[in-house]
Amino acid sequence: MSTERLFHRENDPAELLIRGAHVLDPRSGLDEPHDVLIRDGHIAELGEPGALQPTADMETLDATGTHLFPGFVDPHVHLRTPGQEYKENIETGTAAAAAGGFCAVIAMPNTDPVVDEAAVLRSLTATARRQASVPVGFLAAITRGLEGRELTEMAELRDAGALGFTDDGRPVVSAGTLRKALQYQRLCGGVIALHEEDPNLSRDGAMHEGAVSARLGIAGIPTLSESTMVARDGALAAYENARVHFQHLSCVESIEALAQARQAGAKVTAEACPHHLTLTDGMVRTLDSRFKMNPPLRAERDRRALVEALKAGVIDCVATDHAPHAAHEKEVPFEQAPMGTTGLETAFASLYTELVMAGELELDTLIERMTEGAALYGLPVPRIARGRPANLCLVDLEARFEVGAEGYASRSANCCFHGRMMQGKVLMTVAAGTVAHLTRALEAEAVR
Amino acid sequence: MRRLGRHLLSIDDLDRASIERILDRAESFDEVSGREIKKVPALRGRTIVNLFYESSTRTSSSFELAAKRLSADVVSIRSQGSSVDKGESLKDTVQTLSAYDPAAIVIRSPHAGAAGLVARWTPAAVINAGDGKHEHPTQALLDVFTLRRRLGSLDGTNIWIVGDVLHSRVARSDILAFTRMGASVTVCGPPTLIPREIEALGCQASTTLDRLHEATVVYVLRMQQERMRDSFVPSLREYAAQYQITPERLFPGQLLMHPGPVNRGVELSGEAIDSPQALIGAQVRAGVAVRMAVLYELLVGAASPSLAAVA
Repeated sequence: MSTERLFHRENDPAELLIRGAHVLDPRSGLDEPHDVLIRDGHIAELGEPGALQPTADMETLDATGTHLFPGFVDPHVHLRTPGQEYKENIETGTAAAAAGGFCAVIAMPNTDPVVDEAAVLRSLTATARRQASVPVGFLAAITRGLEGRELTEMAELRDAGALGFTDDGRPVVSAGTLRKALQYQRLCGGVIALHEEDPNLSRDGAMHEGAVSARLGIAGIPTLSESTMVARDGALAAYENARVHFQHLSCVESIEALAQARQAGAKVTAEACPHHLTLTDGMVRTLDSRFKMNPPLRAERDRRALVEALKAGVIDCVATDHAPHAAHEKEVPFEQAPMGTTGLETAFASLYTELVMAGELELDTLIERMTEGAALYGLPVPRIARGRPANLCLVDLEARFEVGAEGYASRSANCCFHGRMMQGKVLMTVAAGTVAHLTRALEAEAVR
Repeated sequence: MRRLGRHLLSIDDLDRASIERILDRAESFDEVSGREIKKVPALRGRTIVNLFYESSTRTSSSFELAAKRLSADVVSIRSQGSSVDKGESLKDTVQTLSAYDPAAIVIRSPHAGAAGLVARWTPAAVINAGDGKHEHPTQALLDVFTLRRRLGSLDGTNIWIVGDVLHSRVARSDILAFTRMGASVTVCGPPTLIPREIEALGCQASTTLDRLHEATVVYVLRMQQERMRDSFVPSLREYAAQYQITPERLFPGQLLMHPGPVNRGVELSGEAIDSPQALIGAQVRAGVAVRMAVLYELLVGAASPSLAAVA
């Protein structure tokens, strides 16, 4: 995927024949085995299995029995650059993305320094051009230092390549400040993405407020700390006719508030995370800090409502909120640990195993929701169709594996799915026309 | 009977039979505490580390006495003045102390789950002496010990736990232990200090003292002002007016308990503390014998029945 607001390292374009994979791309109406010929980084031809022949110097992959999907797009990752490269950097973060089948990711600005000035953003885009194996888009901060007071120079940040704006990690507490940002959006464009949380209600909470927090004696974060802000900002978006995206929604009440905002005519979209779609606050009984994230893992009724909303398209897309932390930061008592889980390398397998195999979600719906993030930010959605840039992932739906057993491509290992058995292994990812990830097994085969 | 695990992290580690075994053992140690020479050689030559990250008087002193009366060597570390002050992580501290090959580490921490983490990092047996607002299992055991002595059994008793339930690890361990021993438990306090969905622990919840007459035992909690970041009650004066336990509010025959330290004149009136219905002194006395029993069962007793029989 290549547009002016995505940045990546230029590599040799792929020359590859993928033989016999079951091609599933709901947007292209494809759901059957095909040969796919990639020439100069573009999908040159689609044909019946066995119908296409490789040209000279072209590698051929026998992919019979595996699935080929459009590459996934993750609208919410933390690459920790600049300033926290001990957790992740653009090279390791995009390697993790590629290992998870993603052909584009959107990075959050809560770095150190914060991406609140064009100079910081320009240095980031330059780094991405050297290091990113998968195209990266960058959101800039809505307010300086994420402090919720003064707006950043949004127009200049847009000129420097910002895809949109967010204070992710923190809410914009002042409705007045957010309203100004929404008004200013008319000048500079760019989606305004919101982390919804009322700090007056979440206070020092470290997990979902409910039976489990009562048992553990850990301060709870009530669902309404999120949903009241979704309701407020949905109303602001409708009033200002602004384009707003709600990040990582986690509960029933937020979904209701989202639906109401839409009914009132607000141009709002929303994402949900694999961990919120598959796990509940019951996991926190272990007091394992891997299960500490913000928003927190919620109750089963919330999880089920999120799955229903994802299925119905009320929630538009999946986002990982990939949030790497170093081992020493997470090896502390739960209440002291930083919030966040990694997710890029497990997103597809977790949702395939826990939702598709469990009969809660259709595979083609999952593929749509894992690619739709691009459209929300005005980027072309990856598709398997003749003439399109090659943005693909090849997945073995039969392969079972233990999460983390072979290590992670990410620099960090704080994955809430660590140690779980999952099914659906990403074998290869082609991003913006180049091979960004290839499992060793396949590498050997390609050489043969 | 479930075998006692290697650690005591939560009341959930114990079934009714293992609680009774610990209490029976405590009875025999209590007899030792009545002797002039209060020592037995059970843990001679073994080391016990007390690691306290929070201030404590009765828990730390009773653990120290318990270990000494079992003839163990005791090292007591407080966060003030130790390398914790210099920013050493819990993990590094525990691994350093483990190098001395202690038989047990007793840990008190302001954070839930700290004892569980320590158990992952050390080969020693770990005893939770209070982790945040989560649990305080030895307090619950000594509370059950005190009540069992007085009542014979907790079966069918009705225990009211009154006060700041939200911030209380004692309340959580007590609810679990009391119900496991056959009592029914009601928690009572200001709505702002009763956790949402607390009923999931197997108790009832009330916001008034209206039905206090139903209680066999009134267990009063400390108002934990040190843990409160917000104003959960408009004033301590208003709290006292609504919830303070006084001799007038107590019914004849009801037993009164409190884990200490008491805020005299807040959750309890001075007269109530000194009333013959109060078991507060008995609770403190039970602390040493019960903690001796816990150390013994974890370090000696758990291994002895099966292994000794084979040998």
